[in-house]
Amino acid sequence: MTYIAAIGAAQREAMVADKRVIVIGEDVEANVYGTTGGSKSRAEKGDFVQEFGRNRVRNTPISEEAIVGASIGAAMTGLRPIVDLSYSSFLYMAMDQLVNQAAKNRYMFGGQGSIPIVFRSAMFYGLNTGAHHSDRPYPMFMNVPGLKVLVPASAADAKGLLRQAVDSDDPVLIFESVPLWGSKEEVDESEYRIPFGVARVRREGTDVTIVGISGSVPQAVKAAEALAEQGISAEVIDPRTLVPLDTRTILESVRKTGRLVIAEPAHRTCGAAAEISAIVAEQAFDALRAPIRRVTAPDMQIPFSPALEAGFYPTADKIVAVTRTICGNNAPTDL
Amino acid sequence: MSLSNDVMLEMQRRMLRIRLFDERASKMLKRGQIPGTIHTSIGQEAQVVGACMALDKHDNMTGNHRSHGHPIGKGSALGPLMAELVGKGTGVCKGKGGSLHLADFAVGSLGESGITGSSIPIAVGAALSAQVLGDGRVGLCFFGDGAANQGVLYESMNLASAYKLPVIFLCENNHYALSTPAHTVTGGRIWERAAGFGMPGVCVEDGQDVLAVYEAVKAAVDRARAGEGPTLVEVMTYRFREHAEGLRLNVDYRNADERERWTSRDPIALFRAVLIDRGVADAAAMDAMEADIAREVDDCVKFSDASPYPDAKVAFEHLYTDAYETEALQ
Repeated sequence: MTYIAAIGAAQREAMVADKRVIVIGEDVEANVYGTTGGSKSRAEKGDFVQEFGRNRVRNTPISEEAIVGASIGAAMTGLRPIVDLSYSSFLYMAMDQLVNQAAKNRYMFGGQGSIPIVFRSAMFYGLNTGAHHSDRPYPMFMNVPGLKVLVPASAADAKGLLRQAVDSDDPVLIFESVPLWGSKEEVDESEYRIPFGVARVRREGTDVTIVGISGSVPQAVKAAEALAEQGISAEVIDPRTLVPLDTRTILESVRKTGRLVIAEPAHRTCGAAAEISAIVAEQAFDALRAPIRRVTAPDMQIPFSPALEAGFYPTADKIVAVTRTICGNNAPTDL
Repeated sequence: MSLSNDVMLEMQRRMLRIRLFDERASKMLKRGQIPGTIHTSIGQEAQVVGACMALDKHDNMTGNHRSHGHPIGKGSALGPLMAELVGKGTGVCKGKGGSLHLADFAVGSLGESGITGSSIPIAVGAALSAQVLGDGRVGLCFFGDGAANQGVLYESMNLASAYKLPVIFLCENNHYALSTPAHTVTGGRIWERAAGFGMPGVCVEDGQDVLAVYEAVKAAVDRARAGEGPTLVEVMTYRFREHAEGLRLNVDYRNADERERWTSRDPIALFRAVLIDRGVADAAAMDAMEADIAREVDDCVKFSDASPYPDAKVAFEHLYTDAYETEALQ
């Protein structure tokens, strides 16, 4: 099953299981990206509007602040909305509602009520869509107490994490990696959930820990395979959820390997890699045998031209090169 | 519209609760017993109570910056509200919200908001819930003339109109966004903007008349419940006190004539006269009601005084519904 199909499957499961679950967002009725139906044709079986009706599948105006705000109000009064915000660059349009209402209401009101809501958005980076459609803004939201932040990197994780997110009584942001939408993985057809705060160890190793985030996970796995051929044993960890973050698994791995490389597609400053670096430096400094290294996108807006955008994000080659610099190979690198 | 005597007496009672509660809170703030700032509804009681009384207890409401009147108007108990203003653990929000963020879910008060206009779509969402679940509830959002110029209002009105949601947009136009006169920053009339969204807009020119407000909002509520969608109601009113008490505002931006014109139309005094004139109650009964409310306010202060401040660990609770973060963050 593909990553995008897994998201559609989780949405369908959740809507079948609970009448309070609605899907709301721009273009959700037409199944534009393939998450609200089995095919592109409404006449064919599997279309969400046919199956659940327009009361529960809500096409919205292009109006992010109202969509998010109304979904928060709906969640506070009995629904469990899945909000499809399509491109994650559009989250900025609804910043006030996400930060001042979704994240704060339960706390400010002393635990009165809860906000069971899932915000889905997709990161279209690496696809030459220019600066207004290419953001990877998940680190910003890690900085907002009250939100949970998920970054699934595979089909099976996308399905299980989305199901868990719909069950959560707190606001959850899921950032999908569009470069991974077409990637396939064996996915259990029956219902299952993946708990938050539990990392997935993609590969075990002893010389270096490579933490991959979102679209960088497959690159980290590929890098580990290449490193193995060069005699370096890399452990690859995908945290899967950044809030909550499975610090225990990361720290245990670093204590075993003594080295850490973190790869992620977001900007460098204050990214998830920066936070994980700080946690490891604070709590496992004595185990480190080499400096921590980050492989990230530069602190630069995303240019349009393929000639300019190519090279912005972590690739297996970059991860290999950076990892080698802390594993005894002193080849110079300017990455 | 003929209302029962009981309903009219309840209107006066709730207006008095707001007035006496806010007057007491103002004194406590000056004495340093309430931290921060407060925004009183004194002068605007008719508009708050007229709107809230048009709702049922189970209908949902969101408030705004001017924040104590709305939950009181919706029927909240005073003790936990006062305790919240003081920052006590028995506060309605356990000391986490304070004056600007009162909420009382028990009476459908989904929260006040410190961000101008921010709570408007929340009420729209409550109406969306009602529509999806078919539970017959309506939502009402209060916002000021200042919030009327926030884009989120128009996104919310459009969404509500497109979906025919059972929601009432209630603009309490008290003529000033802090110090800025509404007419200097507002193009046209606010209620007329409803037409652009295909919904009725009405203006209550005398927002000091609780019955006039009630009547306008009740018509909007009936319309919403009948599945006919949202309404924008603008109510012209005036705040008798400063925008915020506790802030050091050193300018006098309102002229004496204007102030006198409005303060001579005290909504509570006006309605008292109406009640006596209609034979609903005599002066002695009205005095007794006022004395009752004064005792209620005394009691709410006693409740607050007797309540402990929250334990410091409470600061780490209520962020999430599960406990993982509490331990991780301390």
